[in-house]
Amino acid sequence: MSEKVGVYICHCGSNIAGVVDVEDVAKFAGEQIENVAVSRDYKFMCSSLGQELIEEDIRKEGLTRVVVAACSPHLHEKTFRRACANAGLNPYLCHMTSIREQVSWVIEDKAVATEKAKAMVAAAVKRVELHEELEPSEVPVNPNTLVVGGGITGIQAAIELADAGYPVYLVEREPSIGGHMAQFDKTFPTLDCAACILTPKMSDVGSHPNIHLLSYSEVEDISGYVGNFHVRIRKKARYVDEEACTGCGICIEKCPKKVVDDVFEAGMGYRKSIYRPFPQAVPNWPVIDTESCTYFERGKCKACEIFCPTEAIDFEQQDSYIDIDVGNVILATGYDLFDARKVPQYGYGRLANVFTSLEFERMCNASGPTEGKIVLRDGITEPKSVAIIHCVGSRDENHNPYCSSICCMSALKFGHLVMEKTDAEVTSFYIDVRTSQKGYEEFYNRLLEEGMHFVRGKAAEITDAARQPGEEGKLIVQAEDTLLGKQRRVPVDMVILMSALEPKADAKDVGLQFGISCSMEGWFTERHPKLDPVATMTDGIFVAGVAQGPKDIPASVAQGAAAAARVQGMITAGTVEIEPIVATIHEEICSGCKICNNLCPFNAIEFLEDKEVSYVNAALCKGCGTCVAACPAQAISGAHFNNDQIFAEIGGILYDAIGGNGAKAPAKSKEPAPA
Amino acid sequence: MSAAKKGKLANYWAASCGGCEIAVLGINEKILDVAEAFDIVLWPVAVDAKVHSIEKMADKSIDLCLFNGAIRTSEQEYMARLLRRKSKVMVAFGSCAHEGCIPALANVSNREEIFQTAYHDTPSTDNPNGVRPQTETEVEEGKLYLPLFYDTVKTLDQTVEVDYYLPGCPPEPERIWDAIVAILEGKLPAPGSVIGATTTVCDDCPRTREEKKIKEFKRTWEIIPDPDICLLEQGLVCCGIATRAGCGALCPTVGSPCIGCYGPNEGVEDFGARMMTALASVIDSDDPEEIERIIQEGIPDPIGTFYRFSLAASQLRRKTLEGLDPSGASA
Ligand SMILES: Cc1cc2nc3c(=O)[nH]c(=O)nc-3n(C[C@H](O)[C@H](O)[C@H](O)COP(=O)(O)OP(=O)(O)OC[C@H]3O[C@@H](n4cnc5c(N)ncnc54)[C@H](O)[C@@H]3O)c2cc1C
Ligand code: SF4
Ligand code: SF4
Repeated sequence: MSEKVGVYICHCGSNIAGVVDVEDVAKFAGEQIENVAVSRDYKFMCSSLGQELIEEDIRKEGLTRVVVAACSPHLHEKTFRRACANAGLNPYLCHMTSIREQVSWVIEDKAVATEKAKAMVAAAVKRVELHEELEPSEVPVNPNTLVVGGGITGIQAAIELADAGYPVYLVEREPSIGGHMAQFDKTFPTLDCAACILTPKMSDVGSHPNIHLLSYSEVEDISGYVGNFHVRIRKKARYVDEEACTGCGICIEKCPKKVVDDVFEAGMGYRKSIYRPFPQAVPNWPVIDTESCTYFERGKCKACEIFCPTEAIDFEQQDSYIDIDVGNVILATGYDLFDARKVPQYGYGRLANVFTSLEFERMCNASGPTEGKIVLRDGITEPKSVAIIHCVGSRDENHNPYCSSICCMSALKFGHLVMEKTDAEVTSFYIDVRTSQKGYEEFYNRLLEEGMHFVRGKAAEITDAARQPGEEGKLIVQAEDTLLGKQRRVPVDMVILMSALEPKADAKDVGLQFGISCSMEGWFTERHPKLDPVATMTDGIFVAGVAQGPKDIPASVAQGAAAAARVQGMITAGTVEIEPIVATIHEEICSGCKICNNLCPFNAIEFLEDKEVSYVNAALCKGCGTCVAACPAQAISGAHFNNDQIFAEIGGILYDAIGGNGAKAPAKSKEPAPA
Repeated sequence: MSAAKKGKLANYWAASCGGCEIAVLGINEKILDVAEAFDIVLWPVAVDAKVHSIEKMADKSIDLCLFNGAIRTSEQEYMARLLRRKSKVMVAFGSCAHEGCIPALANVSNREEIFQTAYHDTPSTDNPNGVRPQTETEVEEGKLYLPLFYDTVKTLDQTVEVDYYLPGCPPEPERIWDAIVAILEGKLPAPGSVIGATTTVCDDCPRTREEKKIKEFKRTWEIIPDPDICLLEQGLVCCGIATRAGCGALCPTVGSPCIGCYGPNEGVEDFGARMMTALASVIDSDDPEEIERIIQEGIPDPIGTFYRFSLAASQLRRKTLEGLDPSGASA
C-alpha cells in the first residue's frame, strides 16, 4: 500500500516566504511528488492553527506520513510530532526539513532558493515514506543529584535542591568550597564584602542535612544515562581523620613548614604544609600537602600528630572511593585565570610591581597577605599612582577572542578600592568600558566622579626604562590614547593586569567524561544559547556558571538556580522519556569483531561474552550513528537512518538530476546496447 | 533427491580465471549426483557443447545456469543474454560474476590504456607493426571477427537479471553443494538473494578479539603474526570484518589476512566503504597528520586493498572516463 503524505510549507512570516516561493513549492509537491495527498503552504505552521491544519488532514484525509518544511527540527520537531500524535499518527512518521536555516537564510537568489526548497521537500517525502513507527521508552529518575564544583554557582545549585528536599552530592576538588569568590574582598557593583555574603551559604552547605559534601574529591568515573547515572568519586587522602578532627587548627599552628600559597593566595602569601585555604573554609578539616610536608619528605617531624588533641592525624590514610547513583548532574566547574606571563610586554613576573587581578584581590582582602593594605611588592610602600590594564588576554586574537565580561567592572572596583585605601591616582587603560548589567553604568559614573582617570587605548608596553624626567624608578605604561590620537607614557608605581577568564585547563577532559562538548574556546556548550542555556545535548547533564562562559556572580547564581530548577523538574516528573531514534545491533549479523566496542561517545556499546556479539544499550544511545557507520558487517542499524532511508533521501534531493520521483539510488546500471 | 525427470544444467565461463569452472569439481564424488540429476548442456572446461546448440534450445529450457566471470567483451555479453533467455534460474557463480573481482580492477583504466600497455608498452612486447585487436579483419579467406573489448568490466547483474548469487573466489565446494541441494529441493531463498551466511568471516575465525586500536598498518611480509590474536589488532589489514562468512575463515586461520573474496555482507552496498569506515574508526590517533601517515605508509594501494573483488559492483564502479584517454565507443 502506498503512503499518503501530507506536505506543509511554512512561510515563517516573511522569514521563508520572503525568499522562497512557498506557493510554488507547495504546488510542486502536490503535483509532482508521488504519494503526496495534501500539500499546503501556511503563514505560521507552528501556530495552533497551523498544527490544527495537520491534525485535521490526518483525520479527514487519512494521511499516513507528514512532512513539515519550516525551521530547524531543533526548534519545532516536538511541536509537529505532538500534532501528529494528537491526531492518532505515530509521531515518528512526521519529518521536518529546514527550509529556513538551510535555504531562505543562506540563499539570496529567489529562484535558486525555491529550487533548493523543492529538492529538500522531495527528499523529505522520499525518506518519510520509509519511516517506521517508533515508541519512546520511559525510565525512572533517581532523585539524587551530583553537583561538580563548589564555587558560588555549585553552592547555589546545591542549596536550591537540598532546600527543596532532594539529596545532593557536592564534589569539590579543593580542600574547601567557595571557589574564586572566596578570594575576593569586595564585590561589584554594590561593594558588599564577598565573605559576608558567601560564608553563610558555605556553612549552610556544610551543615545541610540533604547535602553530602565531598571536598578534596574528584569524579573518577561516570556511567549510565539520564535519571540513572552511576558515579565513582575519589576522595583524596587528607591525612586527617574527618571523624576525629574538630577543626581546632592547633596542627596548623604547630606545623614548622611554611610554603608559598599559589592557589588561594595567588602566590601572594604563605600557608603551612598542613593547612586549610582560609579560616572560614568549609569543611574546616585541614589537609596535609605531601609535596612539602617534612614528614613525607624526610620521614621525620609529625609535629601535627604530636599536638593534635583528638589523634586525628593519619599519615597512612589512602585515597578512598565512593560509589553513588544520581539522576542528574550539574557541572559548575568555573574557570582558570589567564596567565599574564603570556603577554611578555606587560612584564608580569619580571617587573615586581606588576600585579594580576587575583593578586590584587588578595591584597585588598583584610584576611589576606597584607591584611588589606595596598602596598608595592616590598610589602610596605604605598603606591602614589596605579595603572589598571583592561583586556589582558581577552579580546586579543593572539590569546582569547572573547570578552571576559567581568574585567571592566572589576577594574572599576579596584579603582575604587585604591582610592578608598590610599591617596594614589588611578588610571585605567581600556579598549571599551563595558558596564551593561543592572547598576553597572551607575558604578562607572560613580568612579568617574571619584576621579579615576580613563585612557582609551590598549596598553602597548609596560617598562621600567625611563626616557623622560619623572619616569625614573617608575613603571611606564605606553599606550596610544585613541581619543586624543597621540601616544602617551604614563609613569606609575603599580600596575594591575585584568587577566582574562579562561576555561579550566581540564575542561575538555571533564566534558568528555560527562559526554558533553565544549565550544572552540573550551567553555561547555549549552543545548541552546538563548532558549536552553543550562541544559546540554546530553540528557541529565546540566552546566552553570562560568564553566559555560564568562559571567559575573549574579549571572552565575542565576544559572546555578536555573540548573537546580531544571533538575527539580526532572525529579518531580519521576520518569523521563528516552528517544527511540537509536542504534540496534542485529545479533544474527554481528560477528563479534569488536570494531565498534570502543567507539561510542556515550559508552552505550557492550560486548555480550556469552553470545559473542556486541549490544547497544538503548537508554544510553543518542543515535549519533558513529557505530552504524563503523560496523563493517552492517550489523548495526540506526533507526530513521538506515541505508534505504538515506538513499531515498539522496534520491529525492537529486529528483531533478535523476528524473523525478521514485528514484532509488544506487540504481543498477541500465543494460548496455548490444555490441 | 529424485531423478525422475532429469533437469538441464549449464556452466559458463566469461571474464574469469577459470577457477570457478574447476571449483565445481571440488564437490568431488558428489559430481556424480549432479550428473544423475542434470543433463549438462554446457560446461566449456569439461563438456563439449556448441553455442549454436544452445541457441536452438527453447527459452527457459535450461533449469539451472551457473554463470561465472564478469562481462568484459561483447561475446561475453551475448552469452550472458543468451543463457539468461534459455535458463529458468541464473546464478552469478563466484566473485567475478557477482561483483567483478580481479578483472574489474581494470575499471581504473579503459580500453585505450589497456591496449597501449598490453600491445606496446610492456618490456616483453615486440610489436613493430603496431598490431592491435580489431573487431573485424580482412584476410584472404574472408572477414574475421573478434568480440569488442569494452572500456568497463561489468558484473553479471549489470548485464542481465540474476536470480541468485554464490559468492567466493572461488565458491567453496560445501557452499556449492548446499546451493545445488537447495535448488534441487526447491528450498531457495527469495530471488535476488545471495546464497550464504549473513555474518562475516570473524564469526568463524578462531583468533581472540579485543577492542581495536591501530597505531600502524603492517604489510604481510613485515611481521610473523602471533598465532592466537586477531590479525587486525596486529596491524594486518584483515578484511574478515567486512567479508561474508562462508569460507570457514581459511586464510586468517593460517595466519594470512582475509582479502575479502566472499564479498560484502548481506545488505552492504559498498564493501570498500565499509572497510574504510571501519578501519578509520579504529586508527589510534587524533592528529590528522599522523593519521595521514598511518594510512599512506600502511595502505599504499587502497583500491587494490578495499575493492580487490568488488570494484565493478561498488558505488564507485569505475574511474570516470573523462579522466582517461578517450577511445572509440565506450562500453
Ligand atoms: C579578579 C576577579 C574579580 C571578580 N570580581 C567580581 C565581583 O566583584 N563581582 C562579581 O559579580 N563577579 C566577580 N568576578 C567573577 C566571579 O569570580 C565569577 O562570576 C564567579 O566566581 C563564578 O563562580 P563559579 O562557581 O562559576 O566558578 P568558580 O568560582 O571558579 O568555582 C568553581 C569551583 O569548581 C571547582 N572545580 C573545578 N573543576 C572541578 C572538578 N573537575 N571537580 C571538582 N571541582 C572542580 C573549583 O575548585 C572551584 O571551587 C571576578 C572575577 C575575577 C577574576
Ligand atoms: S562492529 Fe559490527 S560486527 Fe563488529 S562487533 Fe560491532 S556490531 Fe558486531
Ligand atoms: S549510534 Fe552507536 S555510537 Fe552513537 S550513541 Fe548509539 S550506540 Fe553509541
